[in-house]
Amino acid sequence: MAGTVIASRRARLRAAALTLPLIAFVGVTFIAPLLSMLTRSVYDPVVADALPKTIALLRVWDGGQLPPDETFETAAAELLAAREERTLGQVATRVNRIEPGLRSVITRTARKLARVETDSWREAMIEAADAWAEPSTWRAFRRAGQSITDQHYLHAVDLDRDGSGGVVAQPESQRIYVSLLGRTLMLSVAITALCVLLGYPIAYLIARAPPNKGNLLLLLVLIPFWTSLLVRTTSWIVLLQSQGVINDTLVALGLLGDDERLSMIYNMNGTVVAMTHVLLPFMVLPLYSVMRTIPPQHMSAAASLGASFARSFWRVYWPQTLPGIGAGSLLVFILSIGYYITPALVGGRTGQLISNMIAYHMQQSLNWSLAAALGGILLACVVALYLLYDRLVGVERMKLG
Amino acid sequence: MAAQPAYVEFDAVSKSYDGVSQVVRDLHLTVREGEFLTLLGPSGSGKTTCLMMLAGFETPSGGAIRIGGRAVDDVPPRKRDIGMVFQNYALFPHMTVGRNLAFPLQARGMEKSAVAERVQRALQLVRLQGFEDRRPGQLSGGQQQRVAIARALVFEPDLVLMDEPLGALDRRLREEMQFEIRRIQRSLGVTVVYVTHDQTEAMAMSDRVAVFNHGRIQQVAPPEVLYEEPERPFVATFIGDNNLLHGRVHSVAEDICEVAVDGQIVKAFLVAPLDVGQEVSLAIRPERVSLAPDAGLYSNEFEVRIEDTTFLGDHLRMQTVVCGSEFVIKIPNIIGHGGVLPGDTVRIGWTTTDCRALAPDLGPAD
Amino acid sequence: MPRWFLLAAVAAALAAPTDADPLTVVSWGGSYERASKRAVMAPFTAKTGIEIQVENYNGGLAQIRAQVETDNVYWDVVDMDFADMVRGCDEGLLEPISVDALPPAADGALAAADYMPQTVTDCGQSQLFYSTVFAYKRDNFGAQVPTTIADFFDLGKFPGRRGMRRKAFSNLEFALMADGVPPDHVYAALDTEAGIERAFRKLDSIKEEIVWWAAGAQPPQMLADGEVAMSTAYNGRIFNAQVLEDQPFVVVWDGQLLDTGGFGIVAGTANLEAARQLVAYAAESKTMARVSQYISYGPTRHSARPLVAERHLETGTPMAPHMPTSAPNLVRALHADWEWWADRGDEMNERFAAWLAR
Repeated sequence: MAGTVIASRRARLRAAALTLPLIAFVGVTFIAPLLSMLTRSVYDPVVADALPKTIALLRVWDGGQLPPDETFETAAAELLAAREERTLGQVATRVNRIEPGLRSVITRTARKLARVETDSWREAMIEAADAWAEPSTWRAFRRAGQSITDQHYLHAVDLDRDGSGGVVAQPESQRIYVSLLGRTLMLSVAITALCVLLGYPIAYLIARAPPNKGNLLLLLVLIPFWTSLLVRTTSWIVLLQSQGVINDTLVALGLLGDDERLSMIYNMNGTVVAMTHVLLPFMVLPLYSVMRTIPPQHMSAAASLGASFARSFWRVYWPQTLPGIGAGSLLVFILSIGYYITPALVGGRTGQLISNMIAYHMQQSLNWSLAAALGGILLACVVALYLLYDRLVGVERMKLG
Repeated sequence: MAAQPAYVEFDAVSKSYDGVSQVVRDLHLTVREGEFLTLLGPSGSGKTTCLMMLAGFETPSGGAIRIGGRAVDDVPPRKRDIGMVFQNYALFPHMTVGRNLAFPLQARGMEKSAVAERVQRALQLVRLQGFEDRRPGQLSGGQQQRVAIARALVFEPDLVLMDEPLGALDRRLREEMQFEIRRIQRSLGVTVVYVTHDQTEAMAMSDRVAVFNHGRIQQVAPPEVLYEEPERPFVATFIGDNNLLHGRVHSVAEDICEVAVDGQIVKAFLVAPLDVGQEVSLAIRPERVSLAPDAGLYSNEFEVRIEDTTFLGDHLRMQTVVCGSEFVIKIPNIIGHGGVLPGDTVRIGWTTTDCRALAPDLGPAD
Repeated sequence: MPRWFLLAAVAAALAAPTDADPLTVVSWGGSYERASKRAVMAPFTAKTGIEIQVENYNGGLAQIRAQVETDNVYWDVVDMDFADMVRGCDEGLLEPISVDALPPAADGALAAADYMPQTVTDCGQSQLFYSTVFAYKRDNFGAQVPTTIADFFDLGKFPGRRGMRRKAFSNLEFALMADGVPPDHVYAALDTEAGIERAFRKLDSIKEEIVWWAAGAQPPQMLADGEVAMSTAYNGRIFNAQVLEDQPFVVVWDGQLLDTGGFGIVAGTANLEAARQLVAYAAESKTMARVSQYISYGPTRHSARPLVAERHLETGTPMAPHMPTSAPNLVRALHADWEWWADRGDEMNERFAAWLAR
């Protein structure tokens, strides 16, 4: 008896062990990077690691007048050490993000200090760059020295801290992320709505068609799905650009003058059209799988009970497809708020989404912390949406096919 | 019964999906007011198509259907005012029982209070009071069946169609529901057209049964007439057990004929006029065949060898060969009949009236 | 076979020395990469036997940083602009390359003294001057053609779309010069908030007509397709389209923005020795000068100047009118201030992005 218990436990363990590769895979490829990115958005120890003593001294400094000589001395020594260690650039980058202009101050100062012998490091530093005579420079160092920081999240919602540490709005010329997030959410809603509008009749047709025709239609939906994203997106460029097929046709038909060509791409319109096309299968497939489970008899039954087609549809069919619409919308919406390639290719200036800004900070400005904070906000949006969906509809009613 | 006026009429109705093969051909059928008529037949015999044409979901390729004397070709299903019970009930899973029942009433723009009252009455009719807030998914198969029937009746249609409504139920529940449906139909006096492939169900419930095969009605009659007086081989074998012997008419005298079967003469009752020399099928019910210890008791008597016997409690079933054809005999379990063993040779016999010379089946090619 | 043996074999295969691998050099694609291959890499391979595999990118430090931070360096040498070289050096992304280790000039002048100002970092030296200019297609205009940077911003006089690089760098400078700021006052103006706002206001005036480009190969294509009437571009790309593809492009040198670029070695590369050899080879005066035979970019060493051929090697076109460093082209030229961009780049790019999205 005891033997069988042990044997069955062993079998269960063995079965559980089969999932280990997947768990490890998800851990390594998803959870670990996610955590590391989220950590990066609030944890930035570069300055604290490179200039530990200086930062410790600045913490007890009142922030009003220039710090004492000891601070200058320590800072000079640690800047030189950082130059040797080749971490100075990272320190400079971090401080420069708080107070633009300090990068060159820091690198120049370190370069000059390496060549001087002096008793007064205060004078030597101020000699190297005037900025050291400004308390604001030292305040910037103190802020940069905070390893745990909300700076990036503030920045990600167009806020900043002023000299006294209060939260203030960014100057208007630099505000971008809130409006971009708003645009992203708005476009995602529009794309989701378009996907429902276009996907519903297709899914209905596929679900109600006889199997062989239905499979053919399904294939027509799936073939684009299997086609490379880039190919699909660039084919929209071919169609929609000002010298593209549609404009050429309209001009050839005389509906448009050669100088009145419509701009249908490289703007918000391009993003909406191309993304709707790209994401349509994610709407059609869950819808189709839900519709397939609705017996066609229901519509007949409703008709036999005296309901018009409209009434049968809205009261009997439509409510039963809501789980599919919910699942499809959730999928499309979540995918579109994180979409990146298509807007980058066809979005032009006004069709860029928050994800393109994240990519920009990952690839161009190298401000990974800000990218992580923006990503964190996006993640929070998705989680909030999921919880809302769960509250309103119930996630267990979601049918993905 | 015959006094009731015709309510539904199929007049030379035919149906073809591809224009070549006909699913229903030249169908004439009358359903009388208040009648429970069953369309019985194997699958593919055209009975369901007939029902769907009547409901308006299919359009006849030829002929006309009249309801209450009015041709309904151009009337869409929702305007036909026909209650329908579907094979898998087709209850709306996202609505409560109450809202399912209210649906046809609301579609007719009925007032709220009237709707509630009608719903209650319908629930009472099917004995499901207090279930109005449940969802179909929370009900047993039998309860769902009752809801489906209530929904088909709640708007008080004059005609109710049922498409194999009991197919999904187990046998015990099915018998209970047969009784229930019959009770409801009688109490409301509503006309019912019922489709099934189960002949016992048809026999138990119907006022009349139309037996379908090959898209045609082979015979329409009350159940007992179908059993006692089948007119065609298909009906004879589809309803109950029957032995069929195939032969050629040897002589005809009024409603009696002599038929040569495998070189032997069998006397039979004429169902339809036959000419001498014509091919004919004879039907003899197994329970109408007797063991005849003495010769001359029956007009048809044969010495046969019993191949096999099966004891079935109330009767014995014996397998033998008569005139070259397989032949089954059912003998009541009374004293003296138990002594027959496989291999024994016995004398069997039946009367002329129990041996029916049938009209030929209406086949697909006619 | 015992299991540990297999594991050891796999480990050994993974840890095998990479000496035999070709050197991976990352360049900018298109006609510049072609010139660099012919003038630098192919002769280098011929001389040393070190094979080179070329990849391309659009500038920036992101990929280098990703490789260095994850300790998975598969680029060896990267052709980069000067600002990236400085910043990459500061941040420890590049191997130090002392200018003193580079070959002296033919006349014996030490390399350190031979380089022009603002072309040397601790991690590499620029080899070439290149320029961001604007160009147009001749048949798009009649008798009146654009001649100054102000014309680029003048939609009234010269209607049509404009191609510009999707970055703050160069656009702010062009805008100020077009608005009347002399080239040598541009960065001083940009040091003030008013100057920055002035630049963005000027950009605002043509914003709706701008088509943005990202890769150096795009502007010639956009001009050729008629997608834009004029475009900013790297001068060498326009030159190659002119001479190799016979495109009727015209370069306007007024307000040209000079910049330099050269090879940096990615920190932690396994091919450090071969990489150093390539950098030293590329830094030789005659190698530098050879690049100018293929594309109109000028050398950064004084001693290389006299070695530059007068004519394009493949077509015989005289090079002087096409070189950004020729005296007539330098009349109103601006040298990019990499230090200003190092300080204010992040801020400017953010403002630029905000401005773009509006």
